[in-house]
Amino acid sequence: MNRLISITEGSGGKQTHDLIKNVFEKAFGMPEPLTDSAVLEIKGSMLAFTTDSYVVDPLFFHGGDIGRLAVCGTVNDLAVSGADPLFLSAAFIIEEGFPLKDLIRIVESMAAEALKAGVKIVTGDTKVVGKGKCDKLFITTSGTGLVSPERKHISTAENVKAGDKLLVNGPLGNHAIAVLTARQEMGITADVSSDCASLNSLISKIFENCSSIRFMRDLTRGGLATVLNELAAMIKSGISINEIAIPVDEPVRGLCEVLGFDPLYLANEGKFLVVVAPGEEKKLLEIMRSDIAGAGTEVIGEITTDERHFVTIDTITGGRRILDMLSGMQLPRIC
Amino acid sequence: MKYIDEFRKKDSVMKLAEVIRQNAGRDYTFMEVCGGHTAAIHRFGLPSLLPETIKLISGPGCPVCVTGTDFIDKAVEYSGDKHVIIATFGDMIRVPGTASSLEKEKTKGADVRIVLSAFEALEIAKANPRMTVIFLAIGFETTVPGTAIAILQAEKDRTGNFFILCAHKVMPPAMELLLKGETNINGFICPGHVAAITGSRIFDFIPDRFKLGCVVSGFEPVDLLLSILMLVRQVNSKSPEVEIQYSRVVSREGNQIARKYMDEVFDPCDALWRGLGKISAGGLRLKKKYQNHDTDVIMPVTTELAREMPGCICGDILKGLKTPQQCPLYLVKCVPENPVGACMVSAEGSCNTWYRYKNAV
Repeated sequence: MNRLISITEGSGGKQTHDLIKNVFEKAFGMPEPLTDSAVLEIKGSMLAFTTDSYVVDPLFFHGGDIGRLAVCGTVNDLAVSGADPLFLSAAFIIEEGFPLKDLIRIVESMAAEALKAGVKIVTGDTKVVGKGKCDKLFITTSGTGLVSPERKHISTAENVKAGDKLLVNGPLGNHAIAVLTARQEMGITADVSSDCASLNSLISKIFENCSSIRFMRDLTRGGLATVLNELAAMIKSGISINEIAIPVDEPVRGLCEVLGFDPLYLANEGKFLVVVAPGEEKKLLEIMRSDIAGAGTEVIGEITTDERHFVTIDTITGGRRILDMLSGMQLPRIC
Repeated sequence: MKYIDEFRKKDSVMKLAEVIRQNAGRDYTFMEVCGGHTAAIHRFGLPSLLPETIKLISGPGCPVCVTGTDFIDKAVEYSGDKHVIIATFGDMIRVPGTASSLEKEKTKGADVRIVLSAFEALEIAKANPRMTVIFLAIGFETTVPGTAIAILQAEKDRTGNFFILCAHKVMPPAMELLLKGETNINGFICPGHVAAITGSRIFDFIPDRFKLGCVVSGFEPVDLLLSILMLVRQVNSKSPEVEIQYSRVVSREGNQIARKYMDEVFDPCDALWRGLGKISAGGLRLKKKYQNHDTDVIMPVTTELAREMPGCICGDILKGLKTPQQCPLYLVKCVPENPVGACMVSAEGSCNTWYRYKNAV
């Protein structure tokens, strides 16, 4: 057992799954399926509980910063599990020599986002480590929220059936490209802003107006392609999506063409997948498009009966191919 | 997006597919030499649109795939020196050498950086004057001019800490080798970006001596289908020739300026191609006057005898004789997250493409 951890094991794709399965799941015995939040029953109430660490580099980028990301990410993990996010914790690992004004800017950004999302940051921790022992600043946030009993099935996908329709709430890949361009490493500039946003207000609007929501998941590391593959494995069905319907902004598309990235694998921080019962998708589309966080919503595909549990994509040119899970990594440290 | 959208139009694609079906009156086997073509063909799901009588096989045109194990072993050896920064195209990091890979060395602390061009590696050398910066110079005629310009610039600026470990290769000798051996190819979809530099005339020997057709193709679905149709027609009319489908980029003479830089900096040499063996004049090395930037001359390393994993049939796959599914290691031991052969590493490698798209829809 001399194997060392490789950077690809943090990519959110196949290698991350293997690491979780072989190391963490084995030791902790977490119940399947592994979802964005644990949904726990305590004395008749359902509590969602989640945690996430943020190590994005650079700390500030067009459309957001590490603090805003740390609040949105955890709020969204709770919201897509069917919970109303309530309380957050925030832990900081700060590198010696980090500018105080940057820390204040980041913390104020967190406070503003928490206010917007209607959650309270109620506890936290601070550690300062020696120069070079971490890269500037790492933040971990945890969060809890209540899940009403009729939304218990949202995170487990247990009610998803063949024929159900798939929607995403807007163009994909903006966060990854915004961070990439902020790094200024490849001599690339682009007017792309991160989509970093709290989704709980849109999601509660969806639940209030639509009773046949079957599943939700935010499209962070690994992007839409990874989430679709996770879903296909969870429900043991196939998924078919339509490339032409998938929204991608023009500058993101352009950069993907130049750099050889596929937007379907790029990380988002304000996008999620919704699965809804057939016949309800038009109504849901209207509800989502009426909210600023869902203005770009599109119906992108449906659940199929494919026995091989493949995710297939009908390409823009009329061909058809498999859409596999991310293996290896496209971009380093984007969240 | 201009030059993209019009070449992906469903109407045009469907029409072309129909015309191909009408014209394809026998069995055809075409080789797409370039890994970029392999990736595009599968990304757009083109096999699902073609009649079963047309078989596309991948050739030796993925630069990562044809780079020898000894090259990785040398790079691994250099990366162990704490005064060395290795600058490389991303895919090379994961290619397994005899005992290690750059990815494994990076995990242990080696300074290995991903770059998009030789020039970026040169910038790293300028920013780190006390370090020895080694650019892993791989690729065909497409990437050679970039390396040539970086070498000339390093000379001009006297950047003495910039080196290349050179495994640049040229395409025609490898195609000739394939044609001299056992083959069932009826025509070549020729690499568009190689030809953008060299001109299409480098493929003239193929119809002349081997009586097989060549179409230099672009990388979009309409480009590829049109190229396939052109090859079908050449086979049907028994009139093999070199045609340029990718005329918005490729000419018969190529890019004269780029060719001038290549000729200024590099000489042809024999080269080891993974899976194909030593190919006479199949590679390039720095001319004598630039060898002060050549690691093999300035800081030669001896590596243990390079060895590839027993059972790996990368060679036969690169020659188009076998498909990944015929390899005993494919999906058993060799998967993208733990590749055995280079063809499973690169997004342009046959095995990786087969794995990702499962060749099953």
